[in-house]
Amino acid sequence: MTAAQRDVAVTGLGLVTPAGIGVDASWAGVLAGTGTAATDPSLDGVPVDMSCRVPGFDAEQLLGRKASRRLDRFVQLALVAAAEAVTDAGLHPATWDGARVGVVMGCGMGGAATWEQQHARMLDSGPTKVSPLLIPMLVPNMVAGHLAIELGALGPNLVTATACASGATAIGVARDLLRAGAADVVLTGGTEAGLTPLSIAGFAQMGALSRRTSDPPSASRPFDADRDGFVAAEAAGVLVLERDADATARGARVRARVSGYGASADAHHITAPDPDGAGAARAMRTAIADAGLAPDDIVHVNAHGTSTPLNDVAEARTVRAVVGDEVSITSTKGVTGHALGAAGAIEAAFTVLTVEHGLVPPTANLDSCDPEVDVDVVAKAPREQAVPAAMSNSFGFGGQNAVLVVTAA
Amino acid sequence: MSTYDRISTILVDRLGVAQDDISPEATFEELDLDSLDLVEFALGAEEEFGVRIGDEEAEGLRTVGDAVALLETKGVGAATA
Repeated sequence: MTAAQRDVAVTGLGLVTPAGIGVDASWAGVLAGTGTAATDPSLDGVPVDMSCRVPGFDAEQLLGRKASRRLDRFVQLALVAAAEAVTDAGLHPATWDGARVGVVMGCGMGGAATWEQQHARMLDSGPTKVSPLLIPMLVPNMVAGHLAIELGALGPNLVTATACASGATAIGVARDLLRAGAADVVLTGGTEAGLTPLSIAGFAQMGALSRRTSDPPSASRPFDADRDGFVAAEAAGVLVLERDADATARGARVRARVSGYGASADAHHITAPDPDGAGAARAMRTAIADAGLAPDDIVHVNAHGTSTPLNDVAEARTVRAVVGDEVSITSTKGVTGHALGAAGAIEAAFTVLTVEHGLVPPTANLDSCDPEVDVDVVAKAPREQAVPAAMSNSFGFGGQNAVLVVTAA
Repeated sequence: MSTYDRISTILVDRLGVAQDDISPEATFEELDLDSLDLVEFALGAEEEFGVRIGDEEAEGLRTVGDAVALLETKGVGAATA
């Protein structure tokens, strides 16, 4: 396969993250390297009452009264991110050939808040009082449906669910649709807004969450010796992908390229990563080979880096085994927390920005690197580094791994 | 508060309609409310007025005035409280 057949261009980005609304605000927040976790009043009474929320997201102001009432927050976040991405790409939904525009979004949970509110209504008042909007607000595929309705995207339209890898899987599938010629433009990424008492209680019961509730901004600390779990976040990230030749033909600015995608299953355990990292390693090697590169070509890794004791050690060991110890590694989750189904998408976007600007964001809260983490983790301040090729890792509960290789334009 | 005012409150608070758009002649379609919204409106009206509204009755509503008339046929008048 030639580079022209293989690579797809990233021509637009949109981000709504705990570091800010918009690509510029999110990127500045990630470069600043300060944790965004805060005590969350909506989680009052839950053993872990902190989260990373998008600051100042006013759905009524951004999307209007109707959307603020009829759409669950996971769709609202995605609509704002998608609008930014389409504008950034210089595309015009009013005039584009919608039949050639696809949407592939990742989402882990769907409308968790709607589910809980309507369940409470049923317990209080009976099943005949449940909202007729429950199902259309709840189902995870609805985010792709709403993007189609909003933008007139009439091509392939779907949502991927691979837990915390969903956003990266979506981008990989979108890339495959472009390679297959099934669409000319794909809006792809991920969204999640599951910061509800029930879901956070569930993650807490698994032992997956940091308990550092007395000092939330320091709680998400990937690769640090004192890390004790992740902090759940909400976010959405959208990338506009096009085949290179099409992007060039219309004179679009190519921010970077998605050149490789690798997917695999651990087939090991429902939540624990395979301690040998065999599944993750296979996804990384597949992605690198898919990009037509050798392991040595990868000089930077945006890690899954959740801040859980198990993930970070296993991931660091696997990265070292696959691409060696000369790569720089960062986990932007130190700033953003773990946005679950959106994580792979916002981190792919951060990887695009890293490649584009030659600037690696620091891993927040890395005071004392875990001695078992024997890789070059970027900490304290952004690092200037020319990055011709980088890898973005995402691993989901269920042992589902998705790795993207991003290369410079 | 009149039945009309109480219906207006449901439309604003529960369905996100702008107060200024509401009039007795306004159709639900003009208010950008679809069949799912009408079911939600009927649930709100049942709660507010303590009556039962059948699915067919809800589907038959075209204007805000129709809703006032339907509720008044069910014996709903001005709130006494």
